[in-house]
Amino acid sequence: MGVAGVAAEGHGGIDALSQFKLEPVFGQLGESLHISQANVMMTVASGLTLLLMWVGMSPRAMIPGRLQSAAEMAYETVMNLCVEQIGEEGKKFFPFVFTLFFFILFGNLMGVFPLFFTFTSHIAVTLGLSLFVFCLVTFVALKEHGMHFFSYFVPKGVPVVLLPLMVVIEVISYLSRIISLSVRLFANMMAGHVMLEVFAGFVVMLGMAGGIFFVPAALSLSVNVVLIGFELLVASLQAYVFAILTCIYLHDAVHLH
Amino acid sequence: MREEPGGPDGSFEERLKAARGRRGLDGPAKPKGFNPNGIESSPMGIGLRVGIELVAALVVAVAIGYGLDWLFGTRPILTAVFVPVGGAAGVWNVWRVFAPKSG
Repeated sequence: MGVAGVAAEGHGGIDALSQFKLEPVFGQLGESLHISQANVMMTVASGLTLLLMWVGMSPRAMIPGRLQSAAEMAYETVMNLCVEQIGEEGKKFFPFVFTLFFFILFGNLMGVFPLFFTFTSHIAVTLGLSLFVFCLVTFVALKEHGMHFFSYFVPKGVPVVLLPLMVVIEVISYLSRIISLSVRLFANMMAGHVMLEVFAGFVVMLGMAGGIFFVPAALSLSVNVVLIGFELLVASLQAYVFAILTCIYLHDAVHLH
Repeated sequence: MREEPGGPDGSFEERLKAARGRRGLDGPAKPKGFNPNGIESSPMGIGLRVGIELVAALVVAVAIGYGLDWLFGTRPILTAVFVPVGGAAGVWNVWRVFAPKSG
C-alpha cells in the first residue's frame, strides 16, 4: 500500500495503480525465479495462519489465554460455518474452507499495513482461487451424484418448450460463479486501496501547496483514517463472504438444490 | 450462600447458563438459518453484488458465444444469440440472490 505511489507524485497527478505492480524481490535470485511481492506475501499469509494455530494451541490450557482463544475461535467459527451451511457432511470440507478463509483473511488484512502488498487485489490470484473452488465443487458434485448431477441444470416446473433455453441459462449461471466470486473479492480490495492512495495523494499535494490548503489536506487525512477502518471491515467481510459462498456452493454440490 | 437459580442440585450446564445469564454473557440467541445475503446489506454492498452478478453472467455468455463462433466460423451470429441469453442468466442470478425465501 501507499508508499511507492505517494512518492511518485512528483510528476503531477495521482498514480493510484502503480501500487499493484509486481516487482521481483530478493535481487538476482528473485528475478531469475520470478519471485514477486505477491509470492512472498502469500507465503507470509500461510505462515501467519500456521503460526496462529501452532503457537496459539501449544499451551493446550484448560482455560485458554488470548492467543489460544483466538485460535479456538478461528476453528469454531469456520467449523460452524461448514456445519450450518453444508450440513453434517460439511466437516469433510472443513480443512479446505479453513485454509481458504485464513489465506484470504490474512492476505486482505496485511494489505492495510504500510509496506505490505495485498495479493488479493490481483484478479489473477482471486480468479485462481475461484477456479479452484469451482473445480472442487463440480468434482464433488460429480463424485456424489454421478451423471445425476446434470439434473441440476434442469429446473423443475418449466414448460418443455422453454427447457432448452432454461438449461443454457442455468449453465451460464453456473459458470458465472467463477467470475462473480473472483471479481467480488478483487474489486473490493482494489477499490479500497485505490481510494486510500487517492486520498493520500491529496494529502501530499495539498500539504505541499501550503497556506490555506492545509485545511483540505487535514480533511483528506481524516478521510484516510476512516478509510483504513473501513478497509479492516471490508477485508474481514470479503474473506467471510468468499468462505460462505464456497460453503453454499459445496452445499449445492452435496445436496443438489 | 444465596440460592442459585436452577438450585444447587441443578446440573452443571443449568448453573453455568444461569451464571452466564447474570453476567450478560450470552446475549440474544442468534437467529436460526442465518441468511448469508444479510452480511452485505449496505446499499453499496447490494449494488456491487447485483452489478457483479449481472456482468459476470454476461461475460460468460459472450465468451461462450465468441468461442463457438470461432469454432464454427459463424461470427457474429452465435455471439449475438448468447448476449440476450447471458443477460437473462444475469437477471436469474440476481433473482436467486434476492428472491423472497417463501418461494
